[in-house]
Amino acid sequence: MADTRPGATARIIRWIDYRLPFVQFLNHELNEYPTPRNLSYWWNFGSLSGIMLVVMIVTGIMLATQYTPSADLAFDSVERIMRDVNYGWLLRYLHMNGGSMFFAIVYIHLFRGLYYGSYKTPRELLWIIGVIILLLLVATAFMGYVLPWGQMSYWAATVITNLFSAIPVIGPGIVTFLWGGFTVGDPTLHRFYALHYLLPFVIVAIVLLHLVALHRHGSNNPLGIDQKGPQDTIPFHPYYTIKDLFGLTVFLLIYAFFVFYAPNFLGEPDNYIPANPMQTPNHIVPEWYLLPYYAILRSITFPILFISSKLAGVILAFSSIFILFFLPWLDTSPVRSARFRPIYKRVFWLLVIDVIALGWVGANPPEGIVVTVGQIATLYYFIHMLILFPLIGKLERPLPLPSSISAAVQSGGARLSGAGAPLAKP
Amino acid sequence: MADVAQQNVHQAHPGETRRDFLLLTAGAIGGVGVAATIWPFIDTLNPARDTLAESTTEVDLAPVQVGQRLTVKWRGKPVFIAHRTPEEIKAAQDVDISQLRDPQKDSERVQKPEWLIIVGVCTHLGCIPLGQHTGDPRGQYGGWFCPCHGSVYDTSGRIRQGPAPLNLWLPGEAELASKALYKFTSDTAITIG
Ligand code: HEM
Ligand code: FES
Repeated sequence: MADTRPGATARIIRWIDYRLPFVQFLNHELNEYPTPRNLSYWWNFGSLSGIMLVVMIVTGIMLATQYTPSADLAFDSVERIMRDVNYGWLLRYLHMNGGSMFFAIVYIHLFRGLYYGSYKTPRELLWIIGVIILLLLVATAFMGYVLPWGQMSYWAATVITNLFSAIPVIGPGIVTFLWGGFTVGDPTLHRFYALHYLLPFVIVAIVLLHLVALHRHGSNNPLGIDQKGPQDTIPFHPYYTIKDLFGLTVFLLIYAFFVFYAPNFLGEPDNYIPANPMQTPNHIVPEWYLLPYYAILRSITFPILFISSKLAGVILAFSSIFILFFLPWLDTSPVRSARFRPIYKRVFWLLVIDVIALGWVGANPPEGIVVTVGQIATLYYFIHMLILFPLIGKLERPLPLPSSISAAVQSGGARLSGAGAPLAKP
Repeated sequence: MADVAQQNVHQAHPGETRRDFLLLTAGAIGGVGVAATIWPFIDTLNPARDTLAESTTEVDLAPVQVGQRLTVKWRGKPVFIAHRTPEEIKAAQDVDISQLRDPQKDSERVQKPEWLIIVGVCTHLGCIPLGQHTGDPRGQYGGWFCPCHGSVYDTSGRIRQGPAPLNLWLPGEAELASKALYKFTSDTAITIG
């Protein structure tokens, strides 16, 4: 007679699961987890961000074993990583370009959410947690950029921390407090390093919350309609694990291209000059992923009411992210996906163009036409958020929604027999 | 019985009980204790004593010719010392200060008209303005020009154009010292800080 008792591994798993339902949890959330059957490649960017977070943490910890956070030694220690440490150049280029890739992915992920209305009921908190992650990411990347202690590191740190001096009365005190001195200096570098090490782990914790919120109601999908039953979903594994892996492979090719063939393309040459507190480079520009905020900051060249132009610029630059918190309530349309929103579908692209225009403005010295474009683009951004979102929802007549995901999949080209039937695990 | 007693207390002081009082006082004292414990943690981030101690610099002005400008380092920042020409002094004094963004008379900004001593940090976002070296752009008022976002300062270091809100600080002024933190120790020497 054959032995029908479970094998040793199965018994161990069962023993553990009875006490700590860990494997059960993973199985539930990553294996059988029912996922809309119609997700497009735009849905790859969530898991890609997660993978990038891991890549940043792993390369970061390895760099930290060689890096020295002191104003006198930081620059040289990074150069030592580049020249003397075995594969140090690889680690650093992975980390440096990884930051850029991370932002590219997160921005695509965010605009995907904007297009398909992923912030709407019942995913408001999921969206808000996402915006919090974006804020933490900006802070982490900014502090990381200071660590190599080149000219751009130093002056980016100076200009950005000085933003707080715009706060009336207590502003200058806050800046001295942030610096731990009277300029950006050794104490500043130390604390930025401590925070740069800490924040990614805070991000990990918040990403977990993001996933808990996601799995509560499941992914949104290109149609923006709810899952109505098993015929609308497929198990996450193997269908989406394989799709995510394929996307990952394509992404890694792009990432590797930058790391191996154009490692400094996205960076600034001035950052290979050691920090000099007595001389400012002629053009200070932040990394590309912060350019739009920088453009908004500089666009306010006139006081608004009783608020000085400096403070107004700071407030608007921060608001450009904070406003996203309110998006679930600013958008008055009950329809999620832009596919069924004839006006929003077009206006969405204006926002994309607007943000790219702001990026261009941020990269160029603020003279002549650049200033004008910057002011128009800044105005448009806030009009889009505060006026167009509520207004379009009211004015627009949405197209009729399909009755279910499976019905739409069936009529929309997928002529396989049984396309409406639940897909089981192979 | 106990219930009745309790009710009586309530009626004697409606809405207030001994318990409320105890809760409030305990809460207040606890809150003060927590704040007092947190403060040292926050204060470690403020400038440390050695950082504060770095804060005086002595400068010999004798070699600085009329029209020359000298940069010295004080508290990690550049301090601009300008030995102003008579024309520069006149230009600085003749300005109608009601037209200025941050109105200040030239005499309020100098101890001796020939010597302008200011912190060389743009009051916009902290870049270092150009104008210390011959050949640097000095902006249309002959003072300093900040390359970062285009602020223009005059020969008294006052803001004339661009996004900066305030005149270039006198040493110590940004740290809320009541008067400029430098003094002439002789006709040709100063101590900053
Ligand atoms: C959210 C994840 C992270 C982001 C977006 C990020 C971003 C950055 C950026 C943009 C730089 C500057 C690279 C350069 O120009 O040289 C940097 C440097 C650095 N980061 Fe990170 N980082 C992350 C996580 C971490 C973690 C978890 C650690 C350590 C545990 C770490 C350690 C370092 C070190 C030591 C440097 C200085 C060496 C260098 O400049 O290459 N990072 N980081
Ligand atoms: S820092 Fe000088 S103009 Fe902005």
